[in-house]
Amino acid sequence: MPSPVIEARDLRKLYKETAAVDSLSFEVAPGESFGLLGPNGAGKSTTMRMVGAVSTRTSGELSILGMDPNENGPDIRAQLGVVPQTDNLDAELRVRENLLVYGRYFGLSRAVVAQRADELLDFAQLSDRAKAKVDDLSGGMKRRLTIARSLINNPRILLLDEPTTGLDPQARHILWDRLFRLKEQGTTLVVTTHYMDEAEQLCDRLVVVDKGMIMAEGAPAALITEYSTREVVELRFGSERNADAAVTLAGVGDRVEVLPDRILIYADDGEAALSEAVRRGLHPITSLVRRSSLEDVFLRLTGRSLIE
Amino acid sequence: MTAVSEPRVQASGDASRPGDPKRWGAWYVAEHELRRVPTFIVPALATAIGSPLLYLLAFGVGLASLIKTGGTSGIGGVSYVEFVIPAFLCAGAVGTATEEFTFGVMMGFKWNEVYIGMNAAPISPRQIASGHILYTVIRMAVTSGIFLAIALAFGAIHLPAGLLVLPIALLGGLAFGVPIAAYSATIREDRGQFAVIGRSVVLPMTLFSGTVFPLTQLPIWLQWIGWISPLWHSTQLARDASYGQVEPGWLILVHVVVLAAEFAIGWAIFTRNTTKRLNR
Repeated sequence: MPSPVIEARDLRKLYKETAAVDSLSFEVAPGESFGLLGPNGAGKSTTMRMVGAVSTRTSGELSILGMDPNENGPDIRAQLGVVPQTDNLDAELRVRENLLVYGRYFGLSRAVVAQRADELLDFAQLSDRAKAKVDDLSGGMKRRLTIARSLINNPRILLLDEPTTGLDPQARHILWDRLFRLKEQGTTLVVTTHYMDEAEQLCDRLVVVDKGMIMAEGAPAALITEYSTREVVELRFGSERNADAAVTLAGVGDRVEVLPDRILIYADDGEAALSEAVRRGLHPITSLVRRSSLEDVFLRLTGRSLIE
Repeated sequence: MTAVSEPRVQASGDASRPGDPKRWGAWYVAEHELRRVPTFIVPALATAIGSPLLYLLAFGVGLASLIKTGGTSGIGGVSYVEFVIPAFLCAGAVGTATEEFTFGVMMGFKWNEVYIGMNAAPISPRQIASGHILYTVIRMAVTSGIFLAIALAFGAIHLPAGLLVLPIALLGGLAFGVPIAAYSATIREDRGQFAVIGRSVVLPMTLFSGTVFPLTQLPIWLQWIGWISPLWHSTQLARDASYGQVEPGWLILVHVVVLAAEFAIGWAIFTRNTTKRLNR
């Protein structure tokens, strides 16, 4: 494995007494697409800010492109692209102007910035909006402009903090397509998300973070194999009867989970598990056999109760 | 440059680094803010041209005719308009500075949070603070420069030393505005703090800083307002420049030192507070 572009060891960030990030260790290889998954408040954004060299860690070791963010913040940031959770575009400026002013922060000449801006507007499918006001853009367009802005310096690492939160499905798919192209060009991506489909789409490898700590690590498929079964059967009997049905289902599949509205059977062969349920005399109102997803892993690891 | 920045330099096609953000970062911040000027240029220019004309009309024609009867020995033997115009020029700079160092700072941190984006690029919090100061100096220089040109044209300020009124007014604006910016950088929620500053700091300061009457007219227990007020110090310096030295040399030195100190201390705290706020 080539030497990692990001190396975190026992990374820790305290706010007063609370640990937002607690002894996090991970590595990201060049060209890799790495995901930080976790519920709200898990410490994803704090980690991203430390990796982005704008937040000083409380303790632990952190190396970005071989440099320590405490010592070489500006040198590191010169080679990063950052897409923050909220688009902090300049709403007082036009679309293209946002790219022009941002490119200057990297010391690029006006001529270079102007050329890059046009290329990136094209990449972000915003060329026809170059002169529009930022406020007149849709959410998806603003997001694409923020991504275009983050690429103005040809970054070696692109940090994306919840890139598609709040976007409609069309906008998300366009964004994923653009990000996938960057990945193909060899840009290292670090993505935080709480959308499991996004993680499966974009990430080669990911860590599931909860309460500032890593709960699991691996490729999406490997995590599914490790923490879930190949398939899941979802049965609904009506909320009154689920508990009784669960007793009858004992021993079917690898594991049975009772939720308020339905029962989940984790099994490698879903159809077989469903047949067994019917053979035991159960008649669910609805039944569904599906592939296991990262969402099952996520909920298993971080629990089902609402985190607020 | 260091070896580590090599890949980015190759990628961007720059052979050397003439515009290194470590050196030029503050200027890039100012450049960004200057780019927004077209959005408010018309009202800003109208104010910049209109207000000196209004002051000249009101104090040169209106109030002056009333005061003439009482003689002008109390204000150093000059006409009232010559006495008051340098003060209004300095007060105008303070007004522009107040706007940029209250709402302007709050914009960057919160309402149009561009400072966070700048900091994600190689720009340091120190450069963000300095860049906003630089931009405000440029804005003050334009509005105060217009004021000065009009005042010179009407003979209310005198050449050649009157040209010094411009840097004096800018220093006064910074001495007042930058400490305010240090405070603005700490505000998380707008609960009308800036309106309070306007009413309880800017307004009394403008009234009791020897602007429309000499500070010595006030009882001694009110004169301290002038002594700490950047506006009094800049106004007195501006008068010294405009119609000849009316104060002893040591006092002129005091004016300069107080203004420079207020600016420098404000700058240091503004930088510290910006750093604290951005590095969470």
